[in-house]
Amino acid sequence: MNFKSLLMSTAAASVMLGASSIAATSGSHEMAPCDNCANEMTIVSWGGAYSASQKAAYDDPYAAATGVKIINDESSAEAVAKIRAMNEAGNVTWDVVDVVAADALRLCDEGLAEEIDGATELAAAPDGTSADDDFGALRVNECFVPQIVYSTTFGYRTDKVGDTPPTTVCDVFDTTKYPGKRALQKRPIDNMEWALYCDGVAKDKIYEVLGTDEGVAQAFAKLDTIKGDVVWWSAGAETPQLLADGEVVMGSTFNGRLFSAIVEQKQPIAMLWDMQSFDLDGWIIPKGLSPERLARAKHYLKFATDTQRLADQSKYISYGPARKSSAPLVGKHETLGIDMGPHMPTDPANSSNVHLYDYGWWADNRDDLDAKFQAWLAK
Amino acid sequence: MVDQTASNSQLQAQDNVSLLTTHDGQPLKKSLAKALRREKLRALLLIAPLLLFIFLTFILPIADMLMRSVENDIVSNTLPQAVVELQAWDPQSGELPPESAYVALAADLKIAVKEKIHTRLGSRLNYDKAGMSGLFRKTGREMRKFDDNQPAKDQFISFDKDWGEIETFTVIRRLSPNYTDSYFLSSVDRERTSLGVQMKPENEQIYIKLFIRTIMMSILITLSCVLLGYPVAYLLATLPTKSSNMLLILVLLPFWTSLLVRTSAWKVLLQQQGVINDLLVWIGIIADDNRLVMINNMTGTIIAMTHILLPFMILPLYSVMKTISPSFVRASKSMGATDWTTFWKIYFPNTIPGIGAGSILVFILAIGYYITPELVGGTSGVFISNRIAYHISSSLNWGLAAALGAILLFLVLALYWVYDRIVGIDNVKLG
Repeated sequence: MNFKSLLMSTAAASVMLGASSIAATSGSHEMAPCDNCANEMTIVSWGGAYSASQKAAYDDPYAAATGVKIINDESSAEAVAKIRAMNEAGNVTWDVVDVVAADALRLCDEGLAEEIDGATELAAAPDGTSADDDFGALRVNECFVPQIVYSTTFGYRTDKVGDTPPTTVCDVFDTTKYPGKRALQKRPIDNMEWALYCDGVAKDKIYEVLGTDEGVAQAFAKLDTIKGDVVWWSAGAETPQLLADGEVVMGSTFNGRLFSAIVEQKQPIAMLWDMQSFDLDGWIIPKGLSPERLARAKHYLKFATDTQRLADQSKYISYGPARKSSAPLVGKHETLGIDMGPHMPTDPANSSNVHLYDYGWWADNRDDLDAKFQAWLAK
Repeated sequence: MVDQTASNSQLQAQDNVSLLTTHDGQPLKKSLAKALRREKLRALLLIAPLLLFIFLTFILPIADMLMRSVENDIVSNTLPQAVVELQAWDPQSGELPPESAYVALAADLKIAVKEKIHTRLGSRLNYDKAGMSGLFRKTGREMRKFDDNQPAKDQFISFDKDWGEIETFTVIRRLSPNYTDSYFLSSVDRERTSLGVQMKPENEQIYIKLFIRTIMMSILITLSCVLLGYPVAYLLATLPTKSSNMLLILVLLPFWTSLLVRTSAWKVLLQQQGVINDLLVWIGIIADDNRLVMINNMTGTIIAMTHILLPFMILPLYSVMKTISPSFVRASKSMGATDWTTFWKIYFPNTIPGIGAGSILVFILAIGYYITPELVGGTSGVFISNRIAYHISSSLNWGLAAALGAILLFLVLALYWVYDRIVGIDNVKLG
């Protein structure tokens, strides 16, 4: 099963059963005791609302059930470099680390992450489906346990686009119809693909074209048409702020950031889901832990990535659970009481046209294209 | 200094009268040298903790960084047999390596796959040729299918057609020595091809440009710090204590505020919908649809960094100006000099050590800055340090980061040398 069909089936399931919050057998999870496990662990994540959602859905219940002391670290942004440095120094102080799929690929390639056996070390779905089948293609490698599906997509100012709000990602490249600045992430990933797509390249040919010098030149030529109107961001919080200040009329960022700007902060912003770029976030365990700490990390991971826990997280933040079996359990926002389904990137209404970001391709070409992208930016 | 010269001459004096002895029969010269040595040792012991600290936290890491920029034993460690076989092969021959090289490669890769280090080599080679990381990952998965009794070459090519490309082996062969200059070549936009060292294609040239930009902008920031800091320091030094203390607090207050807060504050002030633009539009100096772009570019970086580094200029200037006796100025004026002549001929030359100290501090801090340029620099205002940070934390290309850092270090040392020749380092006073 490929990535797309998997995401689609996840979404379909969530519609069939509805976001009407079917009270499934929640809460009471049979947890095997952890023998010879450390009594303290350090969990590394991204901070902000995202860490808060993990704390509520995973950490607090786990600590309550086991009595383990959990230390939270917010260093995921520089996790890859720090794990490598810790590994070289022979002093790994982190037990479980939240990273994006591309970083997990890098860490696994470098031999810096533990391999996790889906059949024995992860929880099966309530109906008995094995964890590996439940995650499907979202388990991009043996080190990575996926947690959420998020997307990089666009938001726009509803009061600055006139009567005809943008409907396709190509409106980002249309400065006559939508004058004003746009915020784009300061990296080649996604931007190059959107540029080619809007320059008429078929969706399934994008990476083939991008693999050639002409394709790269074509993507840059398309980006050149808006280069003077772009504000480049490097932190996910920048776009919502730029939109709120009216600095840009539209901008890309992670869908959860836009969700909180729109729903929680009531800003005049709307989502443009067209060609949203799906990405994954999940856990890895760094190599080099003592047996007790490794056992504790694996025990935590088995608990935190089971069907109910993944569904619980979506009560706090608008990212889709990575397990197929979690989709029917997605309910309402914990404090706002709104249905979370329609805010998920995987919702069918949002995902009629998505861009599937190719990790393997970027792992090979990132160094090369990044050099070209930086040279292009500096021109 | 004086003491030392004195004791030296004393020693020489003793030399001539070597017959002199102390009460226990030791020659005086020897006894004195012993006492001096003990003194020196004690002094050394006193500063030993500091020396050790500097050695461990400063010298050692820098040496380690310099090593990383040339270190390259990963290829010969992972593929020991293949590397030897490939040395015998001539890439210019236009033919693929012989079967024996493929057999050696298979033997090496089997061990590497078992130890799961083949992907690590792949990511190293990927810095020099795109696609190597995928090639090694894929081949690693296929290796368990490898049959020792079949021709190795054909099997490899069936795993991935890149094993049938001469370029693949040329890259492995080129990077097989334990030390490499490839990181340093990359950091000056060059690469080694079959035709020797050449410039990279124009669409990949970036680092030289960034080095030049970093230096030019740091000089500009230093100059604007001098221009803005000089009058402030002058006021601080000449106002009555009560008001100058108040002023000093105003100078130090931003110094104690978080760097990120100050940088973000500049964003709020300078952006197109920001305070300054709003004010200018309200007064009517600029049209609403023609707001100034003052952030996310070079201007933004220079403004924000000048503000952040200003205290480092004001404080040394202030402490130097404080020591200039007001009677100099009075004397000059009483002899009929104009205000300007007095300032230019009397006051200013006395402040040069302060300008020198402030400039060195500001320039060296500016050249290595990266948070502020990252946040307000957009594309035209980023520094070389932003690329170093990227290679350390995102691309994991620590070798390239080390080479860029080493070049930056040598540039600073070279500029310091030039500065010493022009201004003279003895002419610097911090207080």
